[in-house]
Amino acid sequence: MECSICNMRPATLHLTNYLNGHKSEVHVCHECALEHGYIEKHDEPYTIHDLLSGLFHHEYGAHSQPTQPSHTPHAESCPNCQMTYQQFVNTGKFGCAYCYDTFSQHLNPILRRVHSGNVEHVGKVPERQHVHLQKKRVIQSYREQLNQLIQDEEFEEAARVRDKIKALENGEDHREDERGADE
Amino acid sequence: MSLQSFINRAISPWMQEEGPEHDIVLSTRIRLARNFADVPFPLMAREDQLEHVRDRLKHEFEGKTFLDNESLEYFNMRDLSSNESQVLTEKHLISPFLVERSKESAVLLSQNERVSLMINEEDHIRMQLYFPGLQLESGLEKAFKFDDWLEETIDFAFDEHRGYLTSCPTNVGTGLRASVMLHLPALTLTQKIGKMMPAINQLGFVVRGTYGEGTEALGNIYQLSNQVTLGRSEEDIIQDLNSVVTKLIERERYARNLLVEQSEYRLEDRIFRSYGILKHSRIMESKEAAKCLSDLRLGIDVGFINHLSTSILNELMVLTQPAFLQQYAKQPLSAEKRDVKRASIIRERLNLEEA
Repeated sequence: MECSICNMRPATLHLTNYLNGHKSEVHVCHECALEHGYIEKHDEPYTIHDLLSGLFHHEYGAHSQPTQPSHTPHAESCPNCQMTYQQFVNTGKFGCAYCYDTFSQHLNPILRRVHSGNVEHVGKVPERQHVHLQKKRVIQSYREQLNQLIQDEEFEEAARVRDKIKALENGEDHREDERGADE
Repeated sequence: MSLQSFINRAISPWMQEEGPEHDIVLSTRIRLARNFADVPFPLMAREDQLEHVRDRLKHEFEGKTFLDNESLEYFNMRDLSSNESQVLTEKHLISPFLVERSKESAVLLSQNERVSLMINEEDHIRMQLYFPGLQLESGLEKAFKFDDWLEETIDFAFDEHRGYLTSCPTNVGTGLRASVMLHLPALTLTQKIGKMMPAINQLGFVVRGTYGEGTEALGNIYQLSNQVTLGRSEEDIIQDLNSVVTKLIERERYARNLLVEQSEYRLEDRIFRSYGILKHSRIMESKEAAKCLSDLRLGIDVGFINHLSTSILNELMVLTQPAFLQQYAKQPLSAEKRDVKRASIIRERLNLEEA
């Protein structure tokens, strides 16, 4: 197969794009692929991190937004691990837990792209370290239950859930409550 | 128990068990990424800090037993020969990146190979639990218990809004990567799998070949896993993945039935040809081996062949990888010598089954 750009050299790169359900194919030779930016001169294989750092560059790289003239991200570095903003952009990785704070203002757009628009964790919580957070979440889920029960006019059950919430708010350990429920 | 026992057996003991949907799902893996709260991630940590991470985990968990698993064995990666590391990689017990970082990295392996805890990979802790067949829900439950067990003594890096903090933003939140290994010969043969991929990707999951590079799936073995780790609970992720897998299983079974009904002798011929090649070849490249083994496994699953065990695909796919061949030959082998060794191991293994 010939390269579809220069029509001379054999095509060595075959790309299939899926965009909104439409499929398109590109067949190009190595030279044209380099020239048109399908691939970069790079000895190592393209990794997820290269892709990510591409995202970072895109957000705040060479074409940074003129609407934020005072914004000088390149001077930032993490006070805990000393990772610089530039290092973070190049590797696409954080150096330590504190980097999430240090580079927080750049974080949401990136996370949204990587995680289908999500920026907040809703899953598991390390119980021992974050007893209060876990409790907050348990109360939250009881509240949702309560609303549903009231809507369904299950008032007896609703009253029981309301008492559970009260008990938790008055300082009872939610883990005690769970254990009690198991028995 | 020594490192040698992990190296010598080609398939982990759990692989011989028949899990749910075992005609299509070879295995389920649950991986959780965690970091120490007070130590920089491996990328930025000093040597002594990484040593602290290794020592701490070794001290807390070496020789300890978790649930029904046999006790955990600890190995510094720098103490393994390169072929030994590669064997563990071929068994998927450790990642290539752990080997790359072998100066600083280590691994805790349970004797029954159901649990592998990689230390100082991209994150301080990458725990992986393996299950035969499709066991996403019970797998997650066990992984949570294992995680809780670690958390009794280790303070993890965690943020109320971002969840478990990881070195790469692609893992932050749950740190969960759930993956299922599927044998999809009929969907591949009928070229349906390529058409299903975009839809699967849109749901936040990714399909790729387990063996081989790029889009190629050697042995028609695919790995399906979640990409999104933030903003969705682990249970939701698992549930969605489970429904995608269930759909794939349904389609694969349907395609298999259609093939059996409509291809008359052609499918049967293809399967027995592959069987013949496996049984009698003297030189066998890995690609051909993978293709024939996939055919053979399909032949077992649709009932053309019934005197061979189903674990043969899994076992021989691992057994015929380069590092394993060299392990068996007890010496480095050129590519051509490997092809000869591969052919002979497959013949021996089939003879053993038929005896």
